[in-house]
Amino acid sequence: MLAAATSLVLAACAGGGGGGTGGGDVTTVKIGFMGDLTGENSAIVIPPYNGAKMAIDEYNATNPKVKIQLEKYDSQGKPEQATSLIAKAITSDKIVALIGPAFSGESKAIGGTLDESKIPSISPSATNPGLAKNGWKYWHRVVANDDDQGPRVAEFLLTAKAPKKAFVLSDDQEYSVGIAEAVTKTFKDKGVEVETDKFAKDASDYSSTVTKVKSANPDVIFFGGYYAQGGRLLKQLRDNDVKTTFASGDGSLDAQLVTGAGAAAAENAVLACPCNIPSADVTGTLKTFFDNYKKSAGADPAIYSTEGYDAATAYIKAIQAGKTTSEDINNFLSTVNFEGASKPIKFKSNGEPENASIFVYQVKGGVLKLLGPSATAKLEG
Amino acid sequence: MLDDFVNQFLPSTVGGLVIGSIYALIALGYTMVYGVLRLINFAHSEIFMIGTFASLVTLLAIAPTAPFTGFALVGVLLLLMLVSALVSGASAVALEAVAYRPLRKRGATRLAALISAIGASLFLQELFGLVVIEWLIDKPGRNQASAPRFVARDTLFEIGNASVRLDQVIVVVAAILVMVGLDRVVNKTRIGRGIRATAQDPEAAVLMGVSIDNIVRVTFLLGGAMAGVAGSLYIMEIENTGYLIGFVLGIKAFTAAVLGGIGNLRGALMGGIVLGLIENWGAIFLGSEWKDVIAFTVLVVVLMFRPTGILGESLQKARA
Amino acid sequence: MKGDGVTREESPTKRGGFAAVGHGIDRMRDWWENAKVWQRYLIYIALVVGALILPAPAIGTFMSPGSDWTTVLVYPIGTYILLAVGLNVVVGQAGLLDLGFVAFFAIGGYSVAYYGTQFGWNYWATVAFGIILAAVSGVILGAPTLRLRGDYLAIVTLGFGEIVRITANNTDEIGGARGIPGIPHPPPIFGTKFLIDPAPYYYLIVAAIVLVIIFSVRLQKSRVGRAWAAIREDEDAAELMGVPTFKFKLLAFAIGAMIGGLAGGIYAGKAVFIDPNTFPFILSATILAAVVLGGSGNLPGVILGAFLIGWLPERFRDFADYRILIFGGVLVLMMALRPEGLLPSRRRKAELHEGTGGMGTMGAEVPGPDTDVSTTEAAK
Repeated sequence: MLAAATSLVLAACAGGGGGGTGGGDVTTVKIGFMGDLTGENSAIVIPPYNGAKMAIDEYNATNPKVKIQLEKYDSQGKPEQATSLIAKAITSDKIVALIGPAFSGESKAIGGTLDESKIPSISPSATNPGLAKNGWKYWHRVVANDDDQGPRVAEFLLTAKAPKKAFVLSDDQEYSVGIAEAVTKTFKDKGVEVETDKFAKDASDYSSTVTKVKSANPDVIFFGGYYAQGGRLLKQLRDNDVKTTFASGDGSLDAQLVTGAGAAAAENAVLACPCNIPSADVTGTLKTFFDNYKKSAGADPAIYSTEGYDAATAYIKAIQAGKTTSEDINNFLSTVNFEGASKPIKFKSNGEPENASIFVYQVKGGVLKLLGPSATAKLEG
Repeated sequence: MLDDFVNQFLPSTVGGLVIGSIYALIALGYTMVYGVLRLINFAHSEIFMIGTFASLVTLLAIAPTAPFTGFALVGVLLLLMLVSALVSGASAVALEAVAYRPLRKRGATRLAALISAIGASLFLQELFGLVVIEWLIDKPGRNQASAPRFVARDTLFEIGNASVRLDQVIVVVAAILVMVGLDRVVNKTRIGRGIRATAQDPEAAVLMGVSIDNIVRVTFLLGGAMAGVAGSLYIMEIENTGYLIGFVLGIKAFTAAVLGGIGNLRGALMGGIVLGLIENWGAIFLGSEWKDVIAFTVLVVVLMFRPTGILGESLQKARA
Repeated sequence: MKGDGVTREESPTKRGGFAAVGHGIDRMRDWWENAKVWQRYLIYIALVVGALILPAPAIGTFMSPGSDWTTVLVYPIGTYILLAVGLNVVVGQAGLLDLGFVAFFAIGGYSVAYYGTQFGWNYWATVAFGIILAAVSGVILGAPTLRLRGDYLAIVTLGFGEIVRITANNTDEIGGARGIPGIPHPPPIFGTKFLIDPAPYYYLIVAAIVLVIIFSVRLQKSRVGRAWAAIREDEDAAELMGVPTFKFKLLAFAIGAMIGGLAGGIYAGKAVFIDPNTFPFILSATILAAVVLGGSGNLPGVILGAFLIGWLPERFRDFADYRILIFGGVLVLMMALRPEGLLPSRRRKAELHEGTGGMGTMGAEVPGPDTDVSTTEAAK
């Protein structure tokens, strides 16, 4: 222990710094984490950051030959900021790999840059289907995309509720529109009549939308969007006596959906997510994850914390295998195959995860409850 | 299409009246300040936002476990409106003292005042987003803060296929009563006469012994109080607020003020209601995502034919 | 910054630091007025050389420790400057209040993105087309609305900016909320390839800024510029003197729009991806703030204003959360201390003191010791 510490000090004294070789036998490589760490949607990005940090801290604690330093890049989810941050990350910080960007918009903005600079990236949470279609060789993610999520949740609702008519709503944000369209398409393909409406993300009075839903009298409602709008919408629907089953995607999977709508209105709402959020009653290896996460982050695991952990673990496996340059790491990622905290991690050649599971949650007694993978989950009430 | 319209017309009208009343209350602040100072008080939307928080905090302190009825309901409503009106009114007066008065004293252009207003608006938003929300309400997270329910969502009566709820009636009735009150203050009182005189001709008003500084202060106080009342009604109806809530409503309210004829109190009421209705009716055909486009298009069209709004401008003329 | 040097040289007068800066600037300006042609060109060359070596890493480590300096120089700084010069034509020269300037930036950007990705047009063709489209939409917006008085124009232009953004957001043909990814980079110029390295874009934007400045200065000194000044000072008088005010106002709108469109085209070529959120109202407000903060109507002032507004938030990334709060506070403070801007145009200053500056003063103006401004606007 003492020896290791000494060599660390030596390495530091030698001033090895970012990516360079130090004086002792310990070297350090830098891995970046990019996402909205302080902005409006940081609640979705801080958990994967904590997950990634936990994985890297655990790894560094084993005193490996090559240590990993995690660099934070707070893009606030904005493509413009991501662009200037990634330039700095590559040219002056010399990161070898990136976890993130967390959102799809910023991923689109810098995916090309990463590809041209040959820096591998693994996003824990960007779910836009188009990202995999750019031919980027260095891009990966560990979550299923909206084209998986949309149809899975639609199929799940078909099995559970056998609707004749569905109403698909969304706000006008990129993610919201995408998932709403995927759901609409699946419903239509299965012969369900679908009506739609969309509202501005900054609107707060949804009376015209509620009126449309009420006059259509659907058997099931799907909302594509985030929890802030979802909560208000759900409340206004219930206040107007619309009692139809309400379902939504990962953007609304947050306790604030319940706060926003009110516990009574939110009861029984169905939420789908490509994320696997362990709750306190899990068992096995996830239980270990739950306890460790709670210790290191000071909070229960939340959305995408397991995915952040898995993204970091994929890089750790590469570095353990002696791959410390960007290109070697990227080549290694195409062969990586391990049992992650969220799901088995293995990438397709386009960077998508091999395992595209969708998990279904339901609000029960004001709390989000995991029902299981969409193929097998059963609604309660 | 026509079926949709028939089915949705009445419910849309109810919704439009409710949101239109809130637009109208906020629009009053824009219109009064404009009448007196010829200034677009861009930070007025934040005064409204502050009003929602004043009501929210009061309501959280009351912590209702079930909706109120009867006198308790009236009492709580009045209390919320009063608190919000005071807090918003005071904030508006402070805003004037910090962001506009120094400019006025130096003879700055209205353009400079507009930039100052935008600066103040950003400052207030961030102040609430970063500091005040966490300090006032024991809840981290900048996104939103929810209010407990204190008015039941009971249907009072039905018109055709539209059911009208208690809370909706309260919003419209309260808004109209408050506006009638303001109209009387501006028309019948000494201070109101001062406001009208200043709006008409500030130099002459000064010669007649009106203290302009006081008049400006009172104008901001009244306009701010109206935004505060709007804020408390908003908390009752939407039960949710956030530090960015002001922007969109502010722009709509300003549009309403211009639509009705800026500087004109009754124009603000009319503009607000018209805007709320047209948005909701338009949404039946085009979808709710086009509401804002509908609102602005109507504004352009109206201004092409009536360059000073539906009722014409100026605080003093419409008084007659 | 140059201003600092000036402050230090001047002994603080009793009117305080800001006035001292003002005196320094006045002195510099007197010198400039009397400078010989070769002296002026020397300064021009020095400025261009300064602009060319600006991306040097040595400067960058101080200027933007938190992110890549050259990238910051392209966006926000360079783009803001280009937009501010364009908006200055509308606001500073013709005296028209435009709160929706971002719409033209969006139109230029979308033109490059849409025609480049869907039809594979040459980059420069898409930029040119974007400029034309922006000019046409400027005319379409201006034709029905330019007869309106200042404040009505403000809300209508604001509405126009929102209409453009919302329409882009809800129209699937141009990507809708998903935006347009994979926008082609500009083709190589003189063998310089435009890829991820931000430097070529920086020089491109410097070239564009220089061109636009020259254009703007020539315009200001021409018949058109004098007509704008006349409109700004007193529209009715101008009309009586035979100036076709409506035509000239429309022209100001169209030219401002073209510069906005150019900025959008360059931005899109660099950004690779645009979506409607790239063009929010706050950007219009920011550019307007840059123009007014710098000194509406005075090009060096406007450029300085845009530079500061683009640069300061990047420089103070450490304050992360508090940047916008500080930005807002600084705007209020600056307007209170120097309402005419950091480097006001002399002509505008004179106009203001006559009380006839294009935007007019606030209504309830009370003549005080500091002001001799009458209330012409309110009396209208």
